Amino acid sequence: MKLSTADVEYVARLARLEVTQQEKEKFTAQLNDILHYIDQLNELDTKGVAPMSHAIAVTNAFREDRAAESLGTANALANAPDARGDFFRVPKVIE
Amino acid sequence: MELHALTIHELQEKMKSGAVSSAELTRSVFSQIDKVEDKVHSFIRLMREEAMEQAVRADEQIRQGDIRALTGIPIALKDIVCTRGIPTTCGSRILQNFVPPYNATVVEKLVQAGAVFVGKANMDEFAMGSSTETSFFGPTRNPWDLERIPGGSSGGSAAAVAADECIASIGSDTGGSIRQPAALCGVVGLKPTYGRVSRFGLVAFASSLDQIGPFTKDVEDCAIMMNVLAGYDPRESTSVRAEVPDYRQFLGRDIQGWKIGIPREYFIEGIDPEVSAAIARAIETVRQCGASIVEISLPHTKYCVAVYYIIAPAEASSNLARYDGVRYGFRAADARDLAEMYSKTRRQGFGPEVKRRIMIGTYALSAGYYDAYYGKASQVRALIRRDFDEAFAQCDAILTPTSPTPAFKLGEKTDDPLQMYLSDVFTISANLAGIPGISVPCGFSASGLPIGVQFLTGHFEEGKLLQIASAYEKSAAVEKRRPAL
Repeated sequence: MKLSTADVEYVARLARLEVTQQEKEKFTAQLNDILHYIDQLNELDTKGVAPMSHAIAVTNAFREDRAAESLGTANALANAPDARGDFFRVPKVIE
Repeated sequence: MELHALTIHELQEKMKSGAVSSAELTRSVFSQIDKVEDKVHSFIRLMREEAMEQAVRADEQIRQGDIRALTGIPIALKDIVCTRGIPTTCGSRILQNFVPPYNATVVEKLVQAGAVFVGKANMDEFAMGSSTETSFFGPTRNPWDLERIPGGSSGGSAAAVAADECIASIGSDTGGSIRQPAALCGVVGLKPTYGRVSRFGLVAFASSLDQIGPFTKDVEDCAIMMNVLAGYDPRESTSVRAEVPDYRQFLGRDIQGWKIGIPREYFIEGIDPEVSAAIARAIETVRQCGASIVEISLPHTKYCVAVYYIIAPAEASSNLARYDGVRYGFRAADARDLAEMYSKTRRQGFGPEVKRRIMIGTYALSAGYYDAYYGKASQVRALIRRDFDEAFAQCDAILTPTSPTPAFKLGEKTDDPLQMYLSDVFTISANLAGIPGISVPCGFSASGLPIGVQFLTGHFEEGKLLQIASAYEKSAAVEKRRPAL
């Protein structure tokens, strides 16, 4: 077992994901299975291999620094679960 | 044959000559939907009124002689591409009420080409799945056998084409999500080269792997769709400024003298004997077309699934961090503070498979594990790409099965994520390497389930891909059947 239930709890907290006790147990078993499968990558010697993070060679795509059409406040707020005025409203952050 | 059963190119002839109108065609498609949709459930949302208006407009354009690549053709869109003013759910509760303020670039291109939109097709939640069973809106069923899955994640798009609920459709492919359902539903599905088609307005799953592509009834229609979809987009920084040829010019050309690579690592234990037999016949057909068959090796094939199940969840955990209940989408009620609002929203908004992948990805990127998992996977990904570079030095195209088995039964793999992941074993490598791939029907199992053959070519060689697919399709002359619904 690579992952304990406590590890799963910690990762869930990092992911801002509330999990039930039942989910914790299920995820612990399933993630261990998956990580065990993934361990086969360690059979390979990858010393000196440059990691590949893009499917094709890409460079930064710059454009002229000129203002273009944007979404606009009304459109940006249209899907908000809770908006007031020109703002997104959320539960209080500090006591 | 009824109008909804025809191809784009057949319908275009009829519309040009005035024998058929787009309004008649669109009514025919919706009459088919009325007949079969209860059984198949290809769609999350139908766009009947919008479609009829677009069809009337298309007929007006045809009368004026303004006939474009897809004028008047009913198309279904996977519910992962943003449609202005039309809800785009990505198969998730968390986006159930999300109404995009803009169109994806592919949607704009289809509008420009004169297409009629039938509806938003069902999919695995956030495109995470191989069976369309993880959709918040319930599963889609395979039109060939309603007890079976249509494949995934673009299962709704594939089933809609197979069941004649549209003439063609749009899907997205991160690890096989176009090619695998195309194979399982008996239609053509193409995943373009990474960067060939703009991802602007595609809800992101794994940004270094995702590509949009078409589902069609034959290879000619696939070329027609690619002519519309491909091309650079200034709004999408990974789209590539490479010339887009007219893909129709590759149809009907022979493949005399081509070398077709058969990777020995793709003929593994666990592959269904009927799939093996169908692929052996496909190899023979390609040989009879004048191509020579060469055995090749893609030595890192066995690591593809493991690499994918680090890289895709890692990118997903980062992409899905945006679903926090603040700016759009679902928000959980009764949270005492902001942190609790985030975690309750995400718990109630995401389904189990999405949560599982967020967990894997978060773990793989977390302090102390990044190098061991994400770093290692990215290195092995480079080796997988190198395998393909070396293979394409020896052959023009690669031929493999698309999926190790025909469609499996609903519920068969839902409790065993790893078994579900392994159903993508032949398709994932193309996403990791960034190369294009196509699945073309190559026959049926004894019980009448479709089987697909996959062709792969080098980066930006969609032309060659369509050339071999069309040569194969013509020579194989796979029996034209329709699902009995």
